[in-house]
Amino acid sequence: MREELLSIIEKNSRIDIKELAVRLGKEEIDIVNELQKLEDEKVICGYHTLVNWEKTSIEKVTALIEVKVTPQRGQGFDRIASRIYNYPEVRDVYLISGGFDLLVTLEEKSLKDIAMFVSEKLSTLDSIISTGTHFILKKYKDHGTIIDEHVKDEREVITP
Amino acid sequence: MSLPLNESVVNIKPSGIRKFFDIVSEMKDAISLGVGEPDFDTPWHIRDEGIYSLERGKTFYTSNAGLKELRQEICNYQKRTQGINYDAMKEVLVTVGGSEAIDIGLRAMINPGDEVIIPQPAYVSYFPCAILAGAKPVIINLKAENQFRLTADELLNAVTDRTKVLILPFPNNPTGAIMERSDLEKIAQICIDKNICVMSDEIYSALTYKGEHVSIASIEGMKERTILINGFSKAYAMTGWRLGYACGPAEIIKQMTKIHQFAIMCAPTTSQYAAIEALKNGDNDVRLMRGAYNQRRRFLMNAFKEMNLECFEPYGAFYVFPCIKEFGMTSEEFATRFLEEEKVAAVPGSAFGDSGEGYLRISYAYSIENLKTAMERLSRFVNKLRSEKHNV
Repeated sequence: MREELLSIIEKNSRIDIKELAVRLGKEEIDIVNELQKLEDEKVICGYHTLVNWEKTSIEKVTALIEVKVTPQRGQGFDRIASRIYNYPEVRDVYLISGGFDLLVTLEEKSLKDIAMFVSEKLSTLDSIISTGTHFILKKYKDHGTIIDEHVKDEREVITP
Repeated sequence: MSLPLNESVVNIKPSGIRKFFDIVSEMKDAISLGVGEPDFDTPWHIRDEGIYSLERGKTFYTSNAGLKELRQEICNYQKRTQGINYDAMKEVLVTVGGSEAIDIGLRAMINPGDEVIIPQPAYVSYFPCAILAGAKPVIINLKAENQFRLTADELLNAVTDRTKVLILPFPNNPTGAIMERSDLEKIAQICIDKNICVMSDEIYSALTYKGEHVSIASIEGMKERTILINGFSKAYAMTGWRLGYACGPAEIIKQMTKIHQFAIMCAPTTSQYAAIEALKNGDNDVRLMRGAYNQRRRFLMNAFKEMNLECFEPYGAFYVFPCIKEFGMTSEEFATRFLEEEKVAAVPGSAFGDSGEGYLRISYAYSIENLKTAMERLSRFVNKLRSEKHNV
């Protein structure tokens, strides 16, 4: 049931226990226990909400930053990654294969905030060789959800 | 001027669903539980393959029986799911939906006056197609107490020395009933003893919720007397692509191919290319869709239980078939009032044969949110009817 349970709550973490139990054909207590286990094992890392900030009056700028670094003896990329992800303004840090090493995403109020972070905090860290900053202009799809999609049932209302 | 009209066509009653459709279409904000097709879009990689075939200029006829590569993939599919070995060159025909295969399969097998056994409730096409093929349809009224499965006794009672073909529509539309291996073995034995051919309509085979689907053709001695019909509409959410197929004995497939050749030419080329992709790389899509249907099925069964509405547990297709006999109305009256008073459209069971009277077909090819609203309304409606009855 683990895979099914996770794929339901990955899309809708507000679903209630009773409905989960009915849909998965389990007892409510089994669902509660499984969720607890998944939380304890850190399989479930949070119950976030997907927000389309563009529809609000709140300004947000998102940047993807490619970072090239020199890995450190005995610690590989982990140490430098932790120095980056400990900044609260950093949203994601991924180790990447290919032309650069770390992909860092940042969400800030303005372009200037991001520029400040990159030039003053990120670039000045030891072992950072170079950075390349990309700004997101428009989000079409986020976390598997098409942003601002209006689904209409195109089917005939009654078919055999 | 009197226009030429064929009498057997004129005498065929229009589908019971049609009448209901006209009422629903008038209503603007009705919720429908009435469709017989998936709510999912065709998976993107399959659509993309169709588009790609157009880009490459694959816009010509294919061979009458269908693209060789597709026929081979169909054989591979039947081999890996049912363990049946078909010869792609002689025993497979690609058709315009499963519906065409039903029509031409009967036409290829039936001589005037031959009897075709049709268990009902069942999909609306078998009866008229049998009539148009010149057959005498013999109806078996399946029973809720048998979970709408076909039993050996019921079959034996319907068999005469004119019986040529048994139509076996499982997983079933509209009841959601399935036939498990042990059920099929008894049916198979009778067909062998009485020399009856089976037309097994397995269009919902990918959608079962209690073990994997078993085809009667996989039972010993049955491959040589079974026309297996399947297609892409339900498993891969490809209804509009109009693509199905028949597998069976070379002699029958050869005659079917003749009708298909003269009446249709070939199934749509774009759809055939897309279908190759579906069979090659679509298993995971089917698994995910089946999981979603199963959750909805459980949700509906639980909703019926909570409103105390009698319903046997169906293990196939995407329909549930609750019993509404306690309200003392015909299923058409029930469905009409449900539509008028709660604005929810479900199909009266009687549209699928007399034995569907007293039942309602509810499709769960809808989102859970949609089903939730519909079940709230059904519960309200059922309570209202119960209190009306109480007050009389």
